[in-house]
Amino acid sequence: MRHLLSAGDLTRDEALLILDTARELAQVGERSVKKLPTLRGRTVVNLFYEDSTRTRISFEAAAKRMSADVINFSARGSSVSKGESLKDTALTLQAMGADGVVIRHSASGAARRLAEWVDGAVVNAGDGTHEHPTQALLDAFTMRERMGRLEGLRVAVVGDIRHSRVARSNVLLLNTLGAEVTLVAPPTLLPVSVDAWPCEVSYDFDEVLPKSDVVMMLRVQAERMNASFFPSAREYSRRYGLTAERFARMADHAIVMHPGPMIRGMEISAEVADSARSTVVEQVTNGVSVRMAVLYLLLGGAIQGPGHQGETR
Amino acid sequence: MTDTVRYLIRDARILGGERADLLLASGRIEAIGQGLSADGAEVVEAAGAVALPGLVDLHTHLREPGREDAETVATGSRAAAMGGYTAVFAMANTDPVADTAGVVEQVWRLGREAGYCDVYPVGAVTVGLKGEQLAELGAMADSPARVRVFSDDGMCVSDALLMRRALEYVKAFDGVIAQHAQEPRLTEGAQMNEGVVSDRLGLAGWPAVAEEAIIARDCLLAEHVGSRLHVCHVSTKGSVQIIRWAKSRGCDVTAEVTPHHLLLTDDLAESYDPVYKVNPPLRTAEDVQALREGLADGTIDIVATDHAPHPSEAKETEWSQAAMGMLGLETALSVVQHTMVDTGLLDWAGVAQRMSAVPARIGRAVDQGRPLAVGEPANITLYDPTATRVVDPAAMASKSRNSPYAGMTLPGRVLATFLRGVPTVLDGKIQ
Ligand SMILES: [Zn+2]
Repeated sequence: MRHLLSAGDLTRDEALLILDTARELAQVGERSVKKLPTLRGRTVVNLFYEDSTRTRISFEAAAKRMSADVINFSARGSSVSKGESLKDTALTLQAMGADGVVIRHSASGAARRLAEWVDGAVVNAGDGTHEHPTQALLDAFTMRERMGRLEGLRVAVVGDIRHSRVARSNVLLLNTLGAEVTLVAPPTLLPVSVDAWPCEVSYDFDEVLPKSDVVMMLRVQAERMNASFFPSAREYSRRYGLTAERFARMADHAIVMHPGPMIRGMEISAEVADSARSTVVEQVTNGVSVRMAVLYLLLGGAIQGPGHQGETR
Repeated sequence: MTDTVRYLIRDARILGGERADLLLASGRIEAIGQGLSADGAEVVEAAGAVALPGLVDLHTHLREPGREDAETVATGSRAAAMGGYTAVFAMANTDPVADTAGVVEQVWRLGREAGYCDVYPVGAVTVGLKGEQLAELGAMADSPARVRVFSDDGMCVSDALLMRRALEYVKAFDGVIAQHAQEPRLTEGAQMNEGVVSDRLGLAGWPAVAEEAIIARDCLLAEHVGSRLHVCHVSTKGSVQIIRWAKSRGCDVTAEVTPHHLLLTDDLAESYDPVYKVNPPLRTAEDVQALREGLADGTIDIVATDHAPHPSEAKETEWSQAAMGMLGLETALSVVQHTMVDTGLLDWAGVAQRMSAVPARIGRAVDQGRPLAVGEPANITLYDPTATRVVDPAAMASKSRNSPYAGMTLPGRVLATFLRGVPTVLDGKIQ
């Protein structure tokens, strides 16, 4: 594993190694020392072409907890916004000797392009409507922590699947890890070739809901309404929103996830979002651990299996 | 260049068939026969290479005026000659747009000055390619450039009424409307063929129906008003079926396919390398197969390159920011050999029809696309189908480098191109 560009590139063993490593790193963090020397002398660049404070802070915290030097290269106010091409920026990062580049970009495939132009490891922190592999990893981590397993877990992913990089990465990763995914959305918000994806599809949330161990709600942007993907926010919410009433019909052990930021009242009601079965806050915490694991494995190198405690403790 | 030099092409296989010598003099084919005497003529040894009538490209982007950083009439017509072409139709989407007699005359003159092939300007259908108001089609037709092909290529004439009027209007001067079939609302922000690959890559899809719906509509319109319609770069199986159906009804429609749509498929986008980004997009293997069959059975009349040069900065970028289009002139014949001849779908006579005679007829280029016969204009391409080469964009005559075939091994090599008896290419080198 040289880069993390797509959740689909991960083998089952690689994915589990990341999750196991994340757990170890999380335990270390809880115990005492907030900072590990693991990546001392390494430079991680956060290259953010899209505003995403949450994701950037999460990566920054992850890198800093392992003592890496972090350079934030945000599009705003830099040469990037003055029309410098991604390739020229890549050559600059290359000259700076970046060991790892975390890239968030509005164009699908931007991370893959970047990986062709730099020697360092590239981590895709969300590229257009393509993928967001660390989000899928932190979601899987969260599910495993809460439910104790991933194999056979029934996961409903509800919302704007068509435009969601989170959905793409989750379908690929959860399939690799043996969970059973059902996508739930109006047909307009599903990709045309969704039948070829390794998952089930339903237009009927109420039918899927009671059978699900995990209900993952995705954000639905209001602009989709203007583009006729659905008639109105009210109708969407009535058919596909996780209301308190629907929440009551979930299995007792089932959890609610959301990658954030949430539109309360649209896809999820406030009381559901704040309930004890919502993992929204843990997802943020777990995000740092998972990103630590990814950076550690990509930049710190040679961990072969679970018996690698030496370096992290 | 002078036309006083005579050339004797020795031992060519005419349309891949009988071996013969061809004597070229005063711009015409003076004699064809075996063992012709050189009698002071320059001898060109064909050594069994295939002789074809000079190729005619009905769909070329020469970029001049406006984007001389990508291509000029001079560099583009040299690339054409290197590809075996003796005539190209230069699309109207320049800057300024070729929507007036002045601009088409300028392009026509630049072509004459360059002298590597005949350059026939295509006139825009609507002012500024905006799809709102007819350009002065008659003025372009009456200009020295004698425009007969009109196209908003790059943009679709999507307004049905405007399309009807354009089809009707050009009847007055035997013109043809070459439609870039792309329903604009169905392709807003579209990046690649809509299907399994676009869904996986998260790139906005370009559904086949956006092309097919316009083709169906235009065929019905052309039939209704009794006009000639030409469909640019057909790319889907459904389009082939619709055109086949329209022809069976008697609609006067012709259609073209590009070399890249005969060979390449949408899964190449997996790399996100925009060298594969093109309009219309690369489609599926099933579409490729239908296009080959359509070209073989005559449903699709011709091969046209849609040669679309772009500077490297327009391609070395994120996919969604990149320009659409790929080079085609210098690889077209090789790709057609690979996909159509070597597969047994076409013989060389069939290639000559589809890459020379019929495109010339559609574009009303009277001295082009003529048979290889005594007294005809000496527009000839000598092609060695036994050669192979690894495509190297850096070695191309085009000013741009955006060839999707870079690094691929393709069959065949253009040995020589003669324009009215004068070699523009000899020994595979531009003259
Ligand atoms: Zn076009």
